[in-house]
Amino acid sequence: MRQEDSEAWLHYELKNNCLVIYITDDLDHHAVGYLREKSDRLIDAGNIRNVIFDFKGVDFMDSSGIGLIMGRYKKVMFIGGRAAVTNIGQSVDRIFKISGLYKIIEKYNTPDEAIKAFNKSGRME
Amino acid sequence: MKIEFESCSENEAFARTVIAAYITRLNPTLEELSDVKTAVSEAVTNCIIHGYDGGEGTIHMECTINGREVTVMIEDYGVGIEDIDKAMEPLYTTKPEWERSGMGFAFMEAFMDELQVESVFHEGTKITMKKTIGKETDSE
Repeated sequence: MRQEDSEAWLHYELKNNCLVIYITDDLDHHAVGYLREKSDRLIDAGNIRNVIFDFKGVDFMDSSGIGLIMGRYKKVMFIGGRAAVTNIGQSVDRIFKISGLYKIIEKYNTPDEAIKAFNKSGRME
Repeated sequence: MKIEFESCSENEAFARTVIAAYITRLNPTLEELSDVKTAVSEAVTNCIIHGYDGGEGTIHMECTINGREVTVMIEDYGVGIEDIDKAMEPLYTTKPEWERSGMGFAFMEAFMDELQVESVFHEGTKITMKKTIGKETDSE
């Protein structure tokens, strides 16, 4: 499966059955269109169970980002997977808190921590 | 300050950057800056995807500073909103297929002190938002 991406501000990584999406720029409606298409293509290509959105270096997000995360969460939830967000800065954290997203999406410091947590509590892989 | 720009998603970042630069003179905290940028981003996104339904159009933005109070006005000349109360309900969206979260107006309300929505169906929508910068203590 492809792991690189032509857009410099965004890349993907596949770790076990986990898709890690590294976002490094403002997450607004403009960015979401591209991200949604790319990540869904990878999820649909198969063998992806969990999705992690990494926000290292992102200091702006609006409600479009909520839609993106919820949409991918619904996709993997359907196949018994989980979704997490990592490396959350202060401003993104406020958006997540106000929107109530943490009620369904788990937050970890790093993607590796999220993967560990998935492996620990999820029954086998 | 008044600007007009075309309705396209690239201009979401442009609009919030302009506002952020304009209100810098009030020496806002990072949180206040982020609040205003988010509200502007929501309002401009609404113009693009709802007002003009992803098509062509012009978005008008004005910002004034009065003492420590920032007033931002964002207007489109698109389809307008038929039922403003309904549109403002959290989680309500007319575009679930585009994965809109229905949080746009809720965020504008949460991050600004005042929000006013005026709309004439088939003529356009005007959003006016106010926020006092430097209130410090009760900001969260």
